[in-house]
Amino acid sequence: MTVAVHPSQTGEPVFYLADEHPHPEGWSTSLGFWIYLMSDCLIFAILFATYGVLGGNYAAGPAPKDLFDLNLVAVNTSMLLLSSITYGFAMLTMQQNKVAQTQAWLAITGLFGLAFIGIELFEFAHMIHEGATPQRSAFLSAFFTLVGTHGLHVSCGLIWLVTLMVQVRKFGLIEANRRRLMCLSMFWHFLDVVWIGVFTFVYLLGVLR
Amino acid sequence: MSPDLPKLIFGRLTLESLPLHEPIVVGTFVVVALGGAALLGGLTYFRLWGYLWREWFTTVDHKRIGIMYMILGIVMLLRGFADALMMRGQQMLAFGGSEGYLNAHHYDQIFTAHGVIMIFFVAMPLVTGLMNYVVPLQIGARDVSFPFLNNFSFWMTVGGAVLVMASLFIGEFARTGWLAYPPLSNIGYSPDVGVDYYIWALQIAGVGTTLSGINLICTIVKLRCPGMTMMKMPVFTWTSLCTNVLIVASFPVLTVVLALLSLDRYVGTNFFTNDFGGSPMMYVNLIWIWGHPEVYILVLPAFGIFSEVTSTFSGKRLFGYTSMVYATVVITILSYLVWLHHFFTMGSGASVNSFFGITTMIISIPTGAKMFNWLFTMYRGRIRYELPMMWTVAFMLTFVIGGMTGVLLAVPPADFVLHNSLFLIAHFHNVIIGGVVFGAFAGINYWFPKAFGFKLDPFWGKMSFWFWVTGFYLAFMPLYVLGLMGVTRRLRVFDDPSLQIWFVIAAVGALFIFIGILSMLMQFAVSLLRREQLKDVTGDPWDGRTLEWATSSPPPDYNFAFTPVVHDNDAWWDMKRRGYQRPLTGFKPIHMPSSTGTGIIIAGLATAMGFALVWYMWWLAAVSFIAMVAVGIGHTFNYHRDFDIPAEDVIRTEDARTKLLAGVN
Amino acid sequence: MSTDTNAAHAHGHHHGDGHAHGTFSSYMLGFVLSVVLTAIPFWLVMSGTLPSKQITALVIMAFAIVQIVVHMIYFLHMNAASENGWTLMALIFTIVMVVIALSGSLWVMSHLNSNMMPMHQMSGMK
Repeated sequence: MTVAVHPSQTGEPVFYLADEHPHPEGWSTSLGFWIYLMSDCLIFAILFATYGVLGGNYAAGPAPKDLFDLNLVAVNTSMLLLSSITYGFAMLTMQQNKVAQTQAWLAITGLFGLAFIGIELFEFAHMIHEGATPQRSAFLSAFFTLVGTHGLHVSCGLIWLVTLMVQVRKFGLIEANRRRLMCLSMFWHFLDVVWIGVFTFVYLLGVLR
Repeated sequence: MSPDLPKLIFGRLTLESLPLHEPIVVGTFVVVALGGAALLGGLTYFRLWGYLWREWFTTVDHKRIGIMYMILGIVMLLRGFADALMMRGQQMLAFGGSEGYLNAHHYDQIFTAHGVIMIFFVAMPLVTGLMNYVVPLQIGARDVSFPFLNNFSFWMTVGGAVLVMASLFIGEFARTGWLAYPPLSNIGYSPDVGVDYYIWALQIAGVGTTLSGINLICTIVKLRCPGMTMMKMPVFTWTSLCTNVLIVASFPVLTVVLALLSLDRYVGTNFFTNDFGGSPMMYVNLIWIWGHPEVYILVLPAFGIFSEVTSTFSGKRLFGYTSMVYATVVITILSYLVWLHHFFTMGSGASVNSFFGITTMIISIPTGAKMFNWLFTMYRGRIRYELPMMWTVAFMLTFVIGGMTGVLLAVPPADFVLHNSLFLIAHFHNVIIGGVVFGAFAGINYWFPKAFGFKLDPFWGKMSFWFWVTGFYLAFMPLYVLGLMGVTRRLRVFDDPSLQIWFVIAAVGALFIFIGILSMLMQFAVSLLRREQLKDVTGDPWDGRTLEWATSSPPPDYNFAFTPVVHDNDAWWDMKRRGYQRPLTGFKPIHMPSSTGTGIIIAGLATAMGFALVWYMWWLAAVSFIAMVAVGIGHTFNYHRDFDIPAEDVIRTEDARTKLLAGVN
Repeated sequence: MSTDTNAAHAHGHHHGDGHAHGTFSSYMLGFVLSVVLTAIPFWLVMSGTLPSKQITALVIMAFAIVQIVVHMIYFLHMNAASENGWTLMALIFTIVMVVIALSGSLWVMSHLNSNMMPMHQMSGMK
């Protein structure tokens, strides 16, 4: 697109591009994916709002203080933070075109993600075992749904990560795969940001209450 | 065979689920089945399946997808309107001890289905279809940003519509009203499949809507042709941008609300129950955070259409372009700040009600500004009363009435009297029919020649217009009166005989609208037959002003042989005025996205999953879900999604047009 | 409309309009900051150092906001230039929507709760 917005040298107005190059592949992808993330952000916002409104309705059941183990949450948070920095390393090695190292960092990221999901499932199982089921009270319904939706997103991210690792292995760090890795990076870090909200508003403020 | 086996396979679907005891439904089924068999048989006989699959179902061309959206909207309009006719008939008859002809079970489904279908599967497809068709052309683009996603979005919308239609014959639809308020929609009070159909139809269609919103925002932001700065975009593109921003910002809310409702119904959580700390009021609060922006999602593109039409048929530049744009943006933001006016009566305090009452009234200011802009555009213009302009004038008259009753309802004390009355029904039909439907019809009449290369027949168009407009006034003005007399919505039988006359008038109005709809179908048929007389070879039948009129009618696959360069708001007008010469040589290959069947396959699987979840067929739900994920991932292994239209093809297409144009001159 | 100079970049790959990439040091800085910003709120709550719960709550919320900003800048590479400012615009718009939906819901629902609870109504009707 050699832009000829202004009249050409001869003074004749230019009404079309005689010589154009199509937009490169993926021209809109990063903006499109960002807008998708914004819509996802609203999904979480509404879940937070639901938790905010219903989170105090224990229905004579257990309250956050009785349920949340902050040590566990701290471990879980560190898993997610570590996976964030390792994903960052994957992106850095990707820019240097080092396929093997990129794959290795992606794998490590996946393991941290898996650990996060594992700890969360353990926490859920523990709570359900104690009788704090999602059906027990509106507070627990809202808690399980909010935290579970985040966990579901991380799980989707893991499936995506594995898919991308296969694709990088098969096709190398081609332009399309780089773009996809960048989208997943945005997704992964976005989930981190949501988690900041979760541990602050659900866990820390919950225990304070 | 163990007795549990059928239950395992079919979930709660049994032969008793088929509404064989409802003669009306059975009759409808027979007609639909015969019609459907004739259609399918015809397609098979004429060997059209391959053509349809290759050229339409799998297409990623925004123009064809736009046309398919329009077809979906018009087909569903017939269904939704049939519901309306039945309601009008019931309310007209059910006086003086008569029960009418619809039992409560059936009647409740009808008013719910009417609302759901008209908003989600008529208004939304019509609006999305027009945006899909027109926006890329108006901004001088070859297609949307994500063509595959566009195809997928369309088929997800169809999937939702299929589920709603399936509920007519297999099981039942919700009996809750179109927003399915709990606790009525909770499993305790609605144990049947109706609400589940509602949930999954909207969830599946909602995914499509959200994705098409993202797609069109990106298209408008990233694919505008050189020179088209934001403030040089056509107004319809502007309103489309704002509408899609609203879609992306509000449909996630609907997704969450429905997901929470389904958790309540399927898992037994307590979000919106009356026990264990749940709050049904939270549902009402959340769904209107989506619901109010939704009405602006529908009406903003209509405003865009009216702007284009007014300026084209007045032969003048749009009056106050900048104020029009800012009014649209202000409406976009404000539409998020008014949701509580849908439940003033639920018990908020005076401060909350006043806040939302005032924000609601404020919205009428930018809307009023738009009205004056259109009037000033017409002022001293050389107005041509073609069909699109007629619809626009009808809109201006009708919408102002609807707007004024809206401001009336925005006053909380007045709303306490009128809440849930027929006054409210009259109000929102007044703005939705007067705004969105008239807008869609103006758009259809305006852009039809662009899409098909011939104009729509004016005689049947005028028939349709006059029957629609008079029918609208006959059908809804009595409802204002009834509402002021205190009649509430959704009633099936009436005691007070003095009310009957108003319902009779309303039913006559509905019949008028019916004739209007038939005339419109007639208009399509007659235009198709008379296409040679109505032909437009110029590509610019209305002496248009924006870029879509710069290309041929119908446009070639690639829209523009050369990407246009824009210098002015009314780009095409400017080009015509300054002696633009259509390029005749120098054509190059054009890079385009390829068709793919993945969209329709995934959407089909999603529909199957929705159906399975409605009927508790867990195995089918699991299988179709896994298949969906597998097909989706499989699609990402396809890295070759584009192809080049060879230069020879472009030359052939453009030469044909050159000859055609020469024949005219 | 920006000219497509990026496409002509010799690197052979193209990053949208001026899409930023992190460097090793920026990622590390972001990581260290986020660890600190996570650890302090956890410590504050678990040890109960601050005198009142309200102050603790306000402090940890402030930390959360700062940490979100840190993540946005160092991990998501937000800046005013990427995509000609459209990403930032989308973010600001979303934040406005989130604030409206969150605070609006809390405000509306607290009103509804206090007005519509049977107990309150009784005492209000006296």
